[in-house]
Amino acid sequence: MIFTIAGKELKALFASPLAWVVLTFVQVVLAFGFLKRLDDFMQIQPQLVQMPSPPGITELVASPVFATLAIILLFAVPLLAMRLIAEERRNQTMVLLLSAPLSLTEIVLGKFAGLVAFLWLIVGLTTLMPLSLLLGGHLDFGLLASLVIGLALLAACFSAVALYASCLTAQPFVAAMIAFGLLLGMLLAGETAADGLRGRGWTVPAELAQVLSPLKNFESFAKGMLDSYSVVCMLLLLAVFLILTIRRLDAVRLRG
Amino acid sequence: MSLELKRGEILGFLGPNGAGKTTTMQMLTGNLAPSLGAISICGIDLLDEPTAAKARIGYLPETPPLYRDLNVREYIDLAARLHRVPKSGRAAAIDDALVRCGLAEVTKKLIGTLSKGYQQRVGIAQAIVHRPDVVILDEPTIGLDPNQIREIRNLIRELGRDRSVILSTHILPEVETVCDRVQILHHGATVFNDTIAALTQFQGGHMILLGFRRPPAADEIAAVPGVTRVEPAGDNQFRVSFADAADATDEVVRRAVEKSWGLYQLTPAQTSLEDVFAHLTRKEEQ
Repeated sequence: MIFTIAGKELKALFASPLAWVVLTFVQVVLAFGFLKRLDDFMQIQPQLVQMPSPPGITELVASPVFATLAIILLFAVPLLAMRLIAEERRNQTMVLLLSAPLSLTEIVLGKFAGLVAFLWLIVGLTTLMPLSLLLGGHLDFGLLASLVIGLALLAACFSAVALYASCLTAQPFVAAMIAFGLLLGMLLAGETAADGLRGRGWTVPAELAQVLSPLKNFESFAKGMLDSYSVVCMLLLLAVFLILTIRRLDAVRLRG
Repeated sequence: MSLELKRGEILGFLGPNGAGKTTTMQMLTGNLAPSLGAISICGIDLLDEPTAAKARIGYLPETPPLYRDLNVREYIDLAARLHRVPKSGRAAAIDDALVRCGLAEVTKKLIGTLSKGYQQRVGIAQAIVHRPDVVILDEPTIGLDPNQIREIRNLIRELGRDRSVILSTHILPEVETVCDRVQILHHGATVFNDTIAALTQFQGGHMILLGFRRPPAADEIAAVPGVTRVEPAGDNQFRVSFADAADATDEVVRRAVEKSWGLYQLTPAQTSLEDVFAHLTRKEEQ
């Protein structure tokens, strides 16, 4: 049943120009960055060879591409997610889902899965760029895998936050702004809180504050490190926002 | 208020704007949670087992919940999937719903491009595709042309044969032609709940409407045995009520001929639903 709803959301996304615009924009921007990095790499390659343990092409070319994508997602996910619940409430189509024999959990997870599937498609397409380097070189598959996993988790985290924002209002654009505000706020709060607390020597609260910032957690993946603490932080954040969404929709049903 | 529906019964659910009809229907379909009370659908408690209970309901809200980006068939297919119609019978169920609602020719069209009447039909198809035991329709004939209205009424009657239907509407003749029972809601409470047949008896027995070319005084008609009340109805017409058992029509006609009142009209003026509705829902204002 979750897949039925996810499929419907995917279909709705591709029926709107927004999804295609985002896909095109992301690919153009990333391809440009990728080619630029590749060009730079070719130029400094002679010097790299003389270094004792030189950084590889994955680190110098692929890693920045994924970092850029992480920042683009910060802007794109609120736009892609804004329709999920807000528009259904505005158009009064939510009734179809609420009257069907589905639990709220299924509805929320279905919508979440639909959006995540679309974002993972973007991640997948982006992965093709570094993979194309296999034509003339070697890749660090460990680092690449860590980047892909990190970005996939990051996209899921952003989706959960944006989905929650979408259930707060019946105005899609307001939902997008709330989602963007939440994501940016969490990024800044997580960063400053973690740094500030760590500066005072409070390591445990600093580690806890890290839960708030999915981008901070992504940093360890970008270094090629599959840090289980980061994974747990992201999954925790994701679960909290999904539960908040379900509870919020349940409250709407009671309050009218 | 309490609302009860038997299998194979079509209930007309009436009330002035803001009486709580839509709220009641939203509660019955699980869109709103009641703060008090119980709802059971075919013996399944809606609050305890919402999925099992909802599977037996088909609901067309006031604004049909249509996805404008989907075509008719895709949309009905989605509705069938969401209502867990098993894969084996799904195509047949979809075709059946499309044919029944007269949508067979527009299956490939985008819902957003359809006229209001067709959109309304898509909404009805969505409510019946999973063959629910209870169909709840909130103003289903709004925005339809007279032919379509007749088709939809036939469809509702057909549905009422083996299922239960709750029909909310402001079009009172529709209720009179389609429904078995009427429940009128006012300020969130039931003020009338009985069969259509009982309606005619509601305001003191039978009534006829008489028209005379040379009208007598009202007292002369009132003098006929069995007549309980005579009201002038303008244009030399009178509305005459009889006691429950007696039918004094014969006697009235005999006297009219005898005294040459010039009788030109005699129509049974049953208490119409409209009268009952106005009577019950305006009481407080008077």
